[in-house]
Amino acid sequence: MISLIKELYSYREMIVSLVRRDLKGRYKGSILGFLWTFLNPLLQLVVYTMVFSLIMRSGIEEYYLFLFVVLVPWIFFSTSLTGGASCIWSQKELVKKIYFPREILPISFVTSQFVNMLLSFLVIFLVLIVSAHPINLMALCCLPLIWFVEYLLALSVAMLSSAITVYLRDFEYILAIVAMAWQFLTPVMYSVEQVPEEILMIFQMNPLTPVMVAYRDILYYAQVPKLETLLHAFLLGILLFMIGVVSFGRLKRHFAEEL
Amino acid sequence: MKAENAIEVKQVKKSFKIYYDKGYTLKEKLLFCNRRKYEERIVLNEISFEVKKGEAIGLIGENGCGKSTTLKLLTKIMYPDSGSIVMKGRVSSLIELGAGFHPDMSGRENIYINASIFGLTKKEIYQRMESIITFSELEEFIDNPVRTYSSGMYMRLAFSVAIHVDADILLIDEILAVGDAAFQAKCFQKLKEIKQAGTTIVIVSHSLGQIEQICERSIWIQEGIIKEEGIPRIVHMNYLDYMEQKRQKTANHELELELKLMMQKEKKEKKEKEEKESTEEKIIEEPAEKKRWGNKKAKICNVCMLNKEGKEQLFFSTGEEIEIKIDFSVKEKVEHAVFGIGIFRLDGLQCYGTNTRIDRLEPFDLIKDGSVSIKIKELNLMKGHYLLDAAIESDYGIPVDYYREVLQFEIGSMIEDVGVARLSHCWKLPK
Repeated sequence: MISLIKELYSYREMIVSLVRRDLKGRYKGSILGFLWTFLNPLLQLVVYTMVFSLIMRSGIEEYYLFLFVVLVPWIFFSTSLTGGASCIWSQKELVKKIYFPREILPISFVTSQFVNMLLSFLVIFLVLIVSAHPINLMALCCLPLIWFVEYLLALSVAMLSSAITVYLRDFEYILAIVAMAWQFLTPVMYSVEQVPEEILMIFQMNPLTPVMVAYRDILYYAQVPKLETLLHAFLLGILLFMIGVVSFGRLKRHFAEEL
Repeated sequence: MKAENAIEVKQVKKSFKIYYDKGYTLKEKLLFCNRRKYEERIVLNEISFEVKKGEAIGLIGENGCGKSTTLKLLTKIMYPDSGSIVMKGRVSSLIELGAGFHPDMSGRENIYINASIFGLTKKEIYQRMESIITFSELEEFIDNPVRTYSSGMYMRLAFSVAIHVDADILLIDEILAVGDAAFQAKCFQKLKEIKQAGTTIVIVSHSLGQIEQICERSIWIQEGIIKEEGIPRIVHMNYLDYMEQKRQKTANHELELELKLMMQKEKKEKKEKEEKESTEEKIIEEPAEKKRWGNKKAKICNVCMLNKEGKEQLFFSTGEEIEIKIDFSVKEKVEHAVFGIGIFRLDGLQCYGTNTRIDRLEPFDLIKDGSVSIKIKELNLMKGHYLLDAAIESDYGIPVDYYREVLQFEIGSMIEDVGVARLSHCWKLPK
C-alpha cells in the first residue's frame, strides 16, 4: 500500500497531464469552448426551475435550489460510475504496451470529473448569492471535507467498474441502470424525511446518503452538518475505498492479457 | 539479491489461456459457458537469469518463443504465474513509442504527455525538453499539431522522448528501425552512449548484428526455456544453424508435396494420352520437347539428389556433401557411353558442368538398365535456386538422351557472402 502511494506520487505528472488533456480536449472545436463548463450547469438549473416552479410544484420552498445543490455532486458521482467503466478499456493500447500504475487511469478520470464539479460549484455559489439565499460561512468550511469524502467514493466505484469492465464488457451497460436506481435510493430529488420508515434502512446503508444530506445542510439550509452525519459519511467512504483499492489491486494483474 | 545485479529472474513461469471462442459479453459468457474451452499454453517454463549492473544483454529466439513475454514481465505489464523477478533502479521501456499522443495537440504538448507517462516529473520534463526537440530534428514543426506530421516525423518525436528517459534499466523491443538511415544511426549511437553511462540494457531483436554491437551476452530462448547463453557471436551462430536446419526441413517437406502432386498429374496426363493414342492411333510423333533430345537408344528414367545419409532431398546448404543418381533404361546397346551433369542458375548461368569423359573415366557400354551416380564432396554454391541437367552421350558426342532441367533444387545459407560459388578461404589480420 505504501509502495503504491510512493509510486503514484512519482507518476503524479502523468495524472496532471491526463487530467489536463481531458479538460482541454473536452470542448475542443466548439465555439464557446471552456465556457461550456459553466453554461452547462446553468442551463440545467434553468430547466429545473421551470419544471418545478411551473409544472410539478412540490411543497418544498425554493425547490430548484434544494435539488440543484445536490444534483451537481450527484452528476459527478454517477459519471464516475458509468463513464469511469470504460476508462481502462479505452486505453487498452497503453495498458498492453506500457507500464505505469494502473490506478492512474481511474484516478485521472475521476479527478478530471471532480475539477469539473468544482467549477460547477462556482455556478452554485453565484446562484446562491444572486437569489439572496442565506449563506453560513462556518458551514462552508465543512465543504472541503465532504468534497474529499465524495471524491473517495467516486474513485472507489470508478476503480471497481473500470476493472470489472475489462473482464466483462456488459458491465458498462448494466451500470447505466444501476446508476439510475442508485439515484432514486439517494436523497437527491427528495429529502430523507420523506422516505418511508420501512426502506429507510437501505438509505442508511447507501454511502451517498450522508454525503448528500451534508451538501444540503451546508448549502440549502445554511447550517453546519451534524457531527454524526460527517462521521457516517467519512467511515463509509473509507470502507468503500478500501474495497475498491484491494479489488483493483487483484484485478489489475491480468489486464494486459484480458484486453 | 546480489549487490552487483540489476535484474534477477528466478524460475519464472507464465502460461496463457488460449480460448478457442472467447466471449466478451455476458450473453456469450452465460450461453456458451461450456463452449469456452481453452488450451493452456506454457510460454515460459521456469526461466532464470541474472543481469549485472551496466550489462547489456540480447534476447533472441524464433517467433513465439517467449522473448517478448519475458520483456513484458520485466516491465510489469504482466505478472508471472510463479517465480520472482527483482529489479533494482528505475525501469524504462521502449516497447511502445508515442504512447498517449493526442493528434490535435502540438508536438511540444505531446512531449509533455508522453514523458509524463514514462513517469517523469514536471521538472525533469522541462530539463529535457530542449534536448528532446533537438534530437528529434523537428524544431520548425514542434508547435504544430501532431496530426500534420508525417509518420517518420511522428516516430522521430516519439523515439526522442523515449530515449531521454534516464533509467537505470532500459528495456527495448524491436524498435531500432525508426526513421531514415541517418536517424537510425543516430539512435544507435545514442544507445551506445546510454550504455557507456552505465545503464543496464535488455534488447529483444531479430537484428542479430545490432545485438552483437551492443550486448556482451545473448540469451537464446527456445520453447520457454533458455537454450543457450553466452557471447552473442557464438550463440547467434548456433541459433542461425538451428534456424537453417528448421528451414530446410519445412522446405523439403514442401518440395516433397509439390513433387508428389506433379507426379500424380503426370501419371494422369500419361494415362489420358495413352487412352487418346489407343483410340486415334498414332498419327504423328509428339513434337519432342525442346528440353529433351537424343537418339533414345537409352533413356534417363529418374534423376535424384541425395544427402549424406542417402536420403532424397532438394534442399541443401552450402558446403554439404551430395550425390546425384541417374537411373537409366536401355532399349538398344549403347557403346562407349558417357554420362554428364550440368548445374545452372535460374538466370541461365552455368555454374558447373562435367562428364565422365572430361574426368577421364573409361567409356563403357550400356547393355542393361542400371544407374550411375556422382558424388560432390562440397557443394559450394551460393544460396539460391538451381536447375540440374543430366545427359547420356555415346562416344564421339552423339546425344543419346540429353535431359535439360530435370530437377530444380535450392541451396540455403545463412552466411551472406556473394557471388556464384564459395571459395574456401581464411583471413589473416594485423597483429
